[in-house]
Amino acid sequence: MSSVASTHSLNPLADNTVSARLAKRKSRHIRERFIEVILFLAASVSVAVTVGIVAILVAESYQFFQHVPLRDFLTDTQWTPLFDDAHYGIMVLLSGTLVSSLVALSVAIPLGTIIAIYLSEFAPFSIRELAKPFLELLGGVPTIVYGYFALLYVTPALQYFYPGLPGFNLLSAGLVMGIMIIPYVSSVSEDAMRAVPMSMREGSYAMGATRFQTAIRVVTPAAFSGIAAAYILGISRAVGETMILAVAAGMQPNLTWDPTEPAATITAYIVQVALGDLPHGSIGYQTIFAAGLTLMLLTLLFNILGHMLKRRYRQAY
Amino acid sequence: MADMTVAEIRALIVKHKRWDLIFATVGVLALMVGVLTFASLFAGMAIDGAHRLSPEFFTNFPSRRPEQAGILSAWVGTTLVMIVTAVTAVPLGVAGAVYLEEYAPKNWMTDIIEINVTNLAGVPSIVYGLLALGLFVYQFGFGQSILSAGLTLALLILPVVIVATREAIRSIPAVIREGAYALGATKWQTTADHILPYSIPGILTGVIIGMARAIGETAPVITIGALTFIAFLPPAPFSGDPPAGLFDWLFAPFTVMPIQMFNWTSRPEAAFHQNAAAAGLVLVVMTLSMNALAIYIRYRLRKKIKW
Amino acid sequence: MSKITEGTAAKVSLVVKAEALNLSFYYGAFNALKRINMPIYEKRVTALIGPSGCGKSTYLRCFNRMHDLYAGNRYEGEIRLQPDNTNLLNQQVDPIEVRMRISMVFQKPNPFPKSIYENVAYGLRVRGVRSVATLDEKVEQALRGAALWDEVKDRLNDLAFNLSGGQQQRLCIARALATEPEILLFDEPTSALDPIATASIEELIADLKHKVTILIVTHNMQQAARVSDFTAYMYLGEMIEFDATDTIFIKPKNKATEDYITGRFG
Repeated sequence: MSSVASTHSLNPLADNTVSARLAKRKSRHIRERFIEVILFLAASVSVAVTVGIVAILVAESYQFFQHVPLRDFLTDTQWTPLFDDAHYGIMVLLSGTLVSSLVALSVAIPLGTIIAIYLSEFAPFSIRELAKPFLELLGGVPTIVYGYFALLYVTPALQYFYPGLPGFNLLSAGLVMGIMIIPYVSSVSEDAMRAVPMSMREGSYAMGATRFQTAIRVVTPAAFSGIAAAYILGISRAVGETMILAVAAGMQPNLTWDPTEPAATITAYIVQVALGDLPHGSIGYQTIFAAGLTLMLLTLLFNILGHMLKRRYRQAY
Repeated sequence: MADMTVAEIRALIVKHKRWDLIFATVGVLALMVGVLTFASLFAGMAIDGAHRLSPEFFTNFPSRRPEQAGILSAWVGTTLVMIVTAVTAVPLGVAGAVYLEEYAPKNWMTDIIEINVTNLAGVPSIVYGLLALGLFVYQFGFGQSILSAGLTLALLILPVVIVATREAIRSIPAVIREGAYALGATKWQTTADHILPYSIPGILTGVIIGMARAIGETAPVITIGALTFIAFLPPAPFSGDPPAGLFDWLFAPFTVMPIQMFNWTSRPEAAFHQNAAAAGLVLVVMTLSMNALAIYIRYRLRKKIKW
Repeated sequence: MSKITEGTAAKVSLVVKAEALNLSFYYGAFNALKRINMPIYEKRVTALIGPSGCGKSTYLRCFNRMHDLYAGNRYEGEIRLQPDNTNLLNQQVDPIEVRMRISMVFQKPNPFPKSIYENVAYGLRVRGVRSVATLDEKVEQALRGAALWDEVKDRLNDLAFNLSGGQQQRLCIARALATEPEILLFDEPTSALDPIATASIEELIADLKHKVTILIVTHNMQQAARVSDFTAYMYLGEMIEFDATDTIFIKPKNKATEDYITGRFG
């Protein structure tokens, strides 16, 4: 490449000497690197958030466990942090979380799976095109609205059949939560089923199977890892849900396995405390972080389980 | 099959195909559960609350008297919080996604970032509230303010924006990228001038869905300490004396729409429940139209692309 | 015994198992098959050859109504299956009924995400066979027929995915054989396999000859010459020539066939 050496001529390419070009390239290079660093920092925010969550929960819980032995936390059967004779048994809140989640999942998993199989293997194109956006909208309703629905419509309806049902109860909250979770379960399951190659379906039809037999005996097992991931997603969602339970199940801690009773979940308890006026640094304040840590560990457990399941069955393909 | 007559085969087929019909019916019924829930939810709120939806409802503060209570402080609060959320989440999310798609090398650091993004999508929203309470409200000293709420919700919807942006970028054919590089463009020039403009519809879809989610979130905002009864407005943005006064509004106490609905729902008086229904209608219409808009953009995207 | 004499002797006991009568097929508006007339002889191997896109797979898939799975397809004409003279393409005849009588092996092995045993037993279970003794017996019979029994008899409960490509294809053949089909369709069964696996499949097909009626599509002429009794040459959706394999490959009647066979074309 020859260089035009004259820098004083009227040549419009005058500043296009090799040295000028090299200088421009260097500053451009620095600018590119700078931009890359900025973008990297933006991407790292997600790591920072995780670190922040862990740090805050652990730090405040550490303070909490200075006052409350871990053994008591895990085994005490009362949760009365704000009384004079305070008890800190997380089992109480856990029972609320588990019972409501079980009720929710007993609705979401069967219905979500059935809807997924139906949409993937049976439904005509027109129904699919309507149902999918509809389910997305169903999942986009704010949870406070679902809570309102559970408290003021579902509970009275249930009371019509079962007059002894208290105004606050885990059952209505759980049922409505289940319906809210259906779209999560059905859309992930359906994606997994659509990913099953057509050649496998053809193999089944070629053996004389009906649509139902193909869907249940071949497609669903083939999509198993994705369906399991969908279930895990549903479980995570149920365990972490707050407002439906805060509104419709009441915020009264109650160690029970009976869904017709009112009870507080871990999440509802945190809301209750936040609505009140706890001074920063008091043990009452710290309880919400201990409760939050328990919740995080629970959801983490399910996420890891989901990840392991996915990896184990991914090998099949 | 050698040992089955044609008649036997036909009988068997009739028997098996019955299950096809049964399952199809069950499938439709399952869908109807969702439809019924949605319909009764909407109809119920409309019947109970529509009569409260007067112009005064939008310009009144909450009050001890249900007929006079309105959502002024709530929707103003929501709007201001959403401004902070959008201004934070969109640049952060898009920048992060661009890094992951265009710049990130395949090493352990990138893996950690990606694992974190996936993981954060599954963290319960109330945990974000706890993070914000400890970090933003107390540690950083932002207090129980619009700023804290906006930042928290931004972090909450960050995974949504990142994932949507990544998908939008991924769907751009390599040919366009290669064309730009072949002309001597730098990575950033290619990204800014070619990749990003084409990704805008996809990014927009993610942002709209994220914002719709953020508008409806109650738990993290309550945890920060938004108040449930506010009878005044935060100072208007940029209205105070500069320089600090410009941002007074960020640090003011506030409430948001879902919390207002929560407040009214929690009151025992049936009259307040009607207010809650009205607020619920506004909320649902707002979030659903945003979701519908996003779905529509995505639909147009899928049909329209002709590279 | 020379090949020609063997061919003549075999011809004596020919029975028509199925016959295409003026068969046409349309993918939407596109006419993929044009008035095909062709017999399929019982317990013989019939090969379909021709250049890419000539319609041989399309023709094959008419026999088990695979096209019904997709919208926009249309059959014209008939395929008569003996001994009951049923028209397989009749709208009143349920495709499932056709598929219970005619099995298919696909180009790429497609075992189900199940054990080896369950893969082979699938067709039987679909037909309502529940007795474990019957299933065991038929599964073993089918696996022996597919020359796979010795290799897998100790691990019948292993996942089918763990088998090699050639073994998976033989598993698919066993699966198709287990229901004792009246016709066994092969759609380019070795094109996705390595040469060694291909040889074992060809050996298997040669073994099955005279036990099962076979219709095989192949893009490999040598394969057709090796394994089949009868060959049909197709081009652009038309049946150009159908005859005994020896005749087609040694002295074809149609110039187009000869050009294809000798490699001058396609």
